[in-house]
Amino acid sequence: MTQLWIIARITFQEAARRKILWTALLTAAAFLALFGTGMHFQVRSPHFANIPPLIRNQILSTMLQVGFYAIDMLAVLMTVLTSVDSLSGEIASSTIQAVATKPIHRWQLLLGKWLGFAAMIAAYVALVFAGVFAVGYFIGDLRQHNALQGASLIYLECLIVLTATFLFGTVFSTLTNGVIVLGLHGLAFIGGWLEQIGSVTQSDRLINLGIFSSILMPTESVWRRASYVMQSSIARTIDLSPFGTRSAPSVTMILYAILYLLIALSLALYRFQQRDL
Amino acid sequence: MRLTEDSLQTDHLAIETIGLRKQFGSKVAVRGLSLQVRRGKIFGFLGPNGAGKSTSIKMLLGLVKPTSGQAQILGHPYSNVEVRRKVGFLPEDFRFYDWLTASELLALHGRLAGLTQAQLHDRVPAYIDLVGLTPHRDRRLRGFSKGMMQRIGLAQALIHEPELVFLDEPTSGLDPMGRHLVRDIIRNERQRGATVFLNSHLLSEVEITCDTVVFIKHGEVVASRDLRSSPDGEIQVHVRAHNLRQDLLLGIAEWTTSAQIVDDLLSFATGSRDTLPQILRYLVSSNVDVFEFTPQHLSLEESFLKIMGEDQGL
Repeated sequence: MTQLWIIARITFQEAARRKILWTALLTAAAFLALFGTGMHFQVRSPHFANIPPLIRNQILSTMLQVGFYAIDMLAVLMTVLTSVDSLSGEIASSTIQAVATKPIHRWQLLLGKWLGFAAMIAAYVALVFAGVFAVGYFIGDLRQHNALQGASLIYLECLIVLTATFLFGTVFSTLTNGVIVLGLHGLAFIGGWLEQIGSVTQSDRLINLGIFSSILMPTESVWRRASYVMQSSIARTIDLSPFGTRSAPSVTMILYAILYLLIALSLALYRFQQRDL
Repeated sequence: MRLTEDSLQTDHLAIETIGLRKQFGSKVAVRGLSLQVRRGKIFGFLGPNGAGKSTSIKMLLGLVKPTSGQAQILGHPYSNVEVRRKVGFLPEDFRFYDWLTASELLALHGRLAGLTQAQLHDRVPAYIDLVGLTPHRDRRLRGFSKGMMQRIGLAQALIHEPELVFLDEPTSGLDPMGRHLVRDIIRNERQRGATVFLNSHLLSEVEITCDTVVFIKHGEVVASRDLRSSPDGEIQVHVRAHNLRQDLLLGIAEWTTSAQIVDDLLSFATGSRDTLPQILRYLVSSNVDVFEFTPQHLSLEESFLKIMGEDQGL
């Protein structure tokens, strides 16, 4: 197992040095500054005090959902962009040869890399999630519901994207891999909206299309579940914002997402074991 | 063909392959490589571009899966991961994360090879010194020239003191001093008892360094030469004479290779100068009137060109 941790550690260090990570952190910092300023202006607005407390709270909660939505999107993009060339890039540049010829199993090499990225993404998600949480808490005086559960689900979404990137990285070149994973995530995003609209208009066909896209790529479902668990029961009832969730994916869908991740990781391990380096 | 029980017990072999083949789609990269490399020897692996050298090395190191055939490394199947504790490899174009310093890179590869912290403490500075990079040990790789990368790559291949070392073009990118250093390191490896599998285009280097060489073409061994037992190399002989007959070729076959008669010219190659008087005596006793008997030594490069034939432009 030592080999696994050596690879995980060096991958974490390598990933943490990527310019794209720091760009994503700077973007998140800029977003938090903008978001915090916006919430501050909203809270201090003279008209805001005249709004009934329930509606006032709902407005701030919706703003917070927008915040979580934005950091979720940033985290997914950062995950894809930092990890997309981890396998295909190192195979193409032959960097992997000096490591793969050491006494290390292929599965240790791939899983070590996966763990390194998973640790880096955990740190990123924790940091930016805490940022949005802090803005809501200190400026909007909001007590976010189920914050840990929400953060864990956003992290799960990033891990699914990471695993898909690893799987396609064992087959395709860096660019093709990136296009496929972001394309699948986009597909899931559209499917999620179709499902939401379908639930409002009670269209089974739209709902089924949404479910189909979630089976293909469950990232959007996981985000919608995260959004759902972080909303209060009152907010769920009256929420009309595009960032909330009217039709929440079930716990079964989350279990499916975990299974999806495990199967994708197993396929990546198998494929990496088989391929020439 | 399977490795026989006898061959499995050949402890004196560092590498043994039988009919190793690799096919990428319809393209055959290695047709059927069969070779034996004795332990403790410096083995040259020669062939033109596209002959399948790199693919062969990658198969022996488990980077590429053979389509068919068998290979044993230090008495174990090539796919055995544990045997790689005893194997070192310098890839042709060594690269690694360029934010690491030379010392960090060596420590990382040493750890991967199974060295303890105490061993790393001693060996990292020792091997950096061995490849002449002590002044640069704390410098990041991004500032390294190609030659410096080759040197640090060589150090990572050797730091765990392997029994078998694969060096793929170790002197490419090195200046004459660097090449001299690599030669010395290879000799040191032999003295330590290690086997060195050397793939190089610099035939003059190979000639100085190696004990044995094989020539491969289209992924098959087409010739081999023991550079220690016949240090002068192959000798090409031209004989101008009258009464040359085709049956003479059979008579001299036991001493010669690739003999031919064109008009009054007999040409043949022989592996040892000791055979020359015997051949001359045979010709004279066969009533051949010899006017001219000219032996010429073939350098490794000349042998290579002769064996490989025309330039394929690869």
